[in-house]
Order: sequence, then structure tokens, then C-alpha cells
Amino acid sequence: MERQATISVENNVVYCRGAWTLPNLPQLERGGQTLRWPDAPTILYNAAEVTAMDTGGALLLRRCITGLQYKGHQTSLQGLKPEFAQLLQRVQTQPTHGGGNAAARKVKWADSPLRVIHSRQTSALRALAFIGESTLAFCRSIAQPRSIRWKSLMRFVELDGVRALPITGLLTFLVGVVIAYQGAEQLRKFGTNIFIVDLVGISLLREIAPLIVAILIAGRSGSAYAAQIGTMKVTEELDAVRTLGISPMNLLVVPRALGLTIALPLLTVYADVVGVFGGMLIALGELNVSFVEFVARFEEAVPVRHFLIGLGKAPFFAALIALVGCYQGFQIRGGVDDVGRHTTTSVVQGIFLVIVFDAICSILLNWWDL
Amino acid sequence: MEISRRSGAEFRGGSDDISAPVIDVSHVSTKYGQAVVHEDISLSIHRGEIFAIAGGNGCGKTTLLREIIGLIAPSSGTIRLFGIDSRQLVMSDGHPVHRRFGVMFQQGGLFSSLTLAENVAVPLREHTTLSEALIHDIVAAKIAMVELPPESAAKYPNELSGGMRRRAALARALVMDPELLFLDEPTAGLDPIIASGFDELVKSLKHLLGLTVVMVTHDLDSLWQITDRVAVLGYGKVLGIGTMEELFQSDDQYIREYFQGDRGRDARKQAGRRAAGRDA
Repeated sequence: MERQATISVENNVVYCRGAWTLPNLPQLERGGQTLRWPDAPTILYNAAEVTAMDTGGALLLRRCITGLQYKGHQTSLQGLKPEFAQLLQRVQTQPTHGGGNAAARKVKWADSPLRVIHSRQTSALRALAFIGESTLAFCRSIAQPRSIRWKSLMRFVELDGVRALPITGLLTFLVGVVIAYQGAEQLRKFGTNIFIVDLVGISLLREIAPLIVAILIAGRSGSAYAAQIGTMKVTEELDAVRTLGISPMNLLVVPRALGLTIALPLLTVYADVVGVFGGMLIALGELNVSFVEFVARFEEAVPVRHFLIGLGKAPFFAALIALVGCYQGFQIRGGVDDVGRHTTTSVVQGIFLVIVFDAICSILLNWWDL
Repeated sequence: MEISRRSGAEFRGGSDDISAPVIDVSHVSTKYGQAVVHEDISLSIHRGEIFAIAGGNGCGKTTLLREIIGLIAPSSGTIRLFGIDSRQLVMSDGHPVHRRFGVMFQQGGLFSSLTLAENVAVPLREHTTLSEALIHDIVAAKIAMVELPPESAAKYPNELSGGMRRRAALARALVMDPELLFLDEPTAGLDPIIASGFDELVKSLKHLLGLTVVMVTHDLDSLWQITDRVAVLGYGKVLGIGTMEELFQSDDQYIREYFQGDRGRDARKQAGRRAAGRDA
């Protein structure tokens, strides 16, 4: 069997030879482009020596023939084996529709900004609708505590709270260590070693511990919520839930949001303790502030309101993270691709909202001199 | 009609021997822990036939298919695809023999981030250096060949109906003009008109492109109407191999139940009527 395929012109006859199959097509295509086509009114194609042909080969032959016909030549094909002729016939009868694809891709110049505005508009509306819906579901649950799925809620407290203890503990411990190290350097210069307590205590309790925990949970739980709900949507589980007469809000959103609202403040308290402990260790090692001194100073230097402010922010962070995660989950429409995109968005938006909310809190509390 | 359309084992891998079986499964057993899926399965599939693997739900049909195409390795025994041990396929991605067969998965397996046309073009872009224009033409030809409307080419998989997705997957499986086509439950969940249309399509493509078709199905109508030979799996074994008529006459309890129920008899009558209609 001939392994090569050729197209050549001899005495105004186009000879096609060899295996017109996919592996040979690139070479054939290049050959066809550099070929000096005969300039006779009628051009004969001789394809008697074509040993093999697949759809691609048939298409290429068809293109050669129609190309010449387009230039005003008459063509006739000879010697093609019947089975290949059948294939050629099949690709022949197909309507050419190169335009359809291109037309769908062609866009007006103002199209993309308009579409962006439109999609922002609709997504803002959808987000608003979701906030409304979830608030309603939330109020209804509070009014009827029996309708809350406590079992599922406790499961989320475990998954998002208890299981997150090691990682949040480790991270806030390290942050406590870092803050104490940075502070120790400066404080030693002034000989005001004991102020390490103020530095570590206030910054951790009021700002850093709640923020670190919230950011961590946004990455850990917010993404999980989006992916879980989104996958349920893709696999039609969400539709099944609806048709079984169960509210997805009640089943999926309320337990997650409430569960996280319970878990996050608890995690924050834990993070406060571990973070301050990290600071204590460095204070002892670097500044010779003993544990007893540290704790004694802590009581007078760090008023309880700092702890309460930090703790008070945690439930709001939790609600933001859970709602963003669930909302993004419900927005997933298409397939696998969409799940990835919305999961990423849920994390980014979750962290964004947490930090913005924290900044607003700082400004407001500063005005009120707290 | 034997069409010699192949050129060069070096491009496609495996042997080009026309007379050897395309697929040779010998003494294959599959176990997942304690659960035995297959026990000592042997069968061979020849060039140019439409071969079906039938059997009840959960009897390991799809598992056998996945073993043949080298997605999973059997616990023991060997499977040869064009003379190549399928274990080699399990071990190495991108083996050249992959270009010699196409697979249509049950859910389609279309890439959701690509349009239909881009999906169909993936193998061409990966494995050939064709010009963009020719790729476009081949893709359009394949889309037309599976009787999808041309305007669906720019759509994404999630915008297509189930039947269209099935056809799109078939177009992608066919785009490299493979010698061997695997279909996993091609007609499951399709309405009877589309399902029988799909059967006709497979049959006509087989004749046009000289394909060998291996399908997993329990659609009795498909079995009667388009298959040349059928293997019935049950209890982890091959209970019978043969033409539908042979299996219909079988003494095996399970095969009798499978084919001689009301549905089986109806499908047979239907196929007989069709054949008679075609002759007349």
C-alpha cells in the first residue's frame, strides 16, 4: 500500500495518487497550494491511483475541484473507486456554511460594554433578590425555630468550625508571633517592653484575629458552599429539591448561614487565645516579659470592649461569607466550567466584602470614639 | 466492502493486519476488593462488524468497555486492541493507537468550555497540522454527517438537547476517521424516533467509513436492527455470543429471559418487518 499521497499536473490532467488520509493531508494541502494549475477550459482529474481516502481527503479533493470550477473551468473526475466516490458524494451534498459561524462571532463595536453593563445590572438585581429571599427565609426560620434543620446546622458547625480549629489556631498563633517580633524590635529601643501587651492584645483581639479567621473561612467554607450548591444545580438535585416541595433556602442556605454564624465567633475567641499566647511566648523570649506580668498588664491595658468589638464583627463576617458562597452556588448554570468560575468568585467576593465591612466598622467606631 | 483506508502504522500505532481481530479479550477478570465484576471473560471482535455488549444493569458492560479502551486495567487477563496490550494504554497517555479509535461516552463527555465546533475540532488540532480552513471544513462535514444543523456549531454543550449532545459526541469521535468506534449506551434516554434515527446513522456511517463499531447497549431495538453479533454478559461471565437470532434460540435461562420477554419479541418482530420492508 502506498504510504504517500501526491497531487500533480501532467498534460493538463490532474493526477491524484496514494493515500488521501489525515496523516498525509497537511502535505497534500501544501502541494495543492504550490501547484501550477493547468489553464484549459476543461480539466481532467485522474484519481485512479488513489489507494485510500477518508473524509478529510474527500473534502480536500472536493475543494480542489470546486476551486477550479469557481475559476470558470469545466472539470471531470475519472477513475475514482466507487467507495471513495460515495464518500466524495457525501461531502459534496453538504451545504457550505462557513458564514453561519462567523456571523455568530461578529459583534458590534458597542456590544461588549453594553453587555457588561447589562450583565452587571442583572447580576445586581439577582443579588438583591437573593438577599431578599434569604432574609425572608431567615426571618421565617427565627419565627418558627422548628423549621430550622438543626441536624444539618450542627453538621456545618462541625465542618466549618470544629474541623477548622487546627488551621485557624496555627495561623493566628503565627500571626501573634509575627506581631510580637515586629513590636519587640521597636519597643526595646525605647525600653518600654511591657507595652508589647498592649500591642499584641489590642491589635489581635480587635482586628487581626477576627479578620484572619474570616478570610480563612471565606476560602475554606465559602468556596465549599458555592461548589456544593453549584454541583447540586448541575446534577439537577436542586430541581429535585424544589419539586419535592422543599425550599432550597430552608434546606441549603439557612443551615449554612446560621451554622457559620455560630461557628465563626467561637473560632474567633479561640484564635484570640492562641494568637495572644503566641505573642506571650515572644514577649518572654525577646523582651523578658514573664507570663504573670503579661497577664497582669493584659487586664489593665486591654479593655474588654476591644474583645467585644472583634467578637461582634464575627457573625457579620460569617453571614457575608455564607451568603456570598450560597449566592454564587445558585448562579451556576452551565457545567463544570461554571462551577470553577463561581467558586473562585465566591472566595474573592467573600474576602472583599469582609475587608470592606471591617474598614467601615473601623471608621464608624473611630467616630464614636470606641 | 473492505476499504483499505489506512496508511502507516507509524502514525496510528498497532498492527495493520486485516485478518487479525481488532479487539481480543482473553480471560479477563475484574475485582474491586471483594466484589467480582468479571470472571474469565473472553471474546474477540472482527474488522467491519457491529458488535454489541448486552446485559442487565450493573453486569459490568461499561467496565468492560472502559477496560478495552484502556481507561482502567483489568485485575487479570489481557486485552489486545489492534494487537496492543491495553495495559500500555493505561500506563501511557497519548499512545498513537488512540488515533485509531473514537469513543462516544454515555454523557457525551463534551468539553463544556468549548463550542460544539471547537469540541469536534479538538482531535484535529491536537494530532494534525492541518490548515485552519481545512479543519473548519472537516468539522462542518462531520457535523453534517451526524445530521446536526449547521447553526448548532457555535453553541455550547449546555445549550444543546440530550440527543444533540449525543450526536455532537459522535461527531467528535468520528473526526479523525477512526477504524473503530465505541459507543456507550448510544440510545439510552432518547425518544424512539431519534433512537432509531441514531441506529440508522451508525449503520450508514459504518458503510460509508468502513467502521468497526463496538457498542454497549440494552436497547433491544438497536440490538435487533443494527448489530452483527452480540455478547451477553451476566453473573460476571459471557453467557452467549452470536447473532441475535442465535441468541434468541439460546437455552440459557438468563438469555431467554433477556430476549424472549414481551419487549424482546416485539423488537424482533419489528426488526423482521423492517427487513421485509427494505427488501420489498
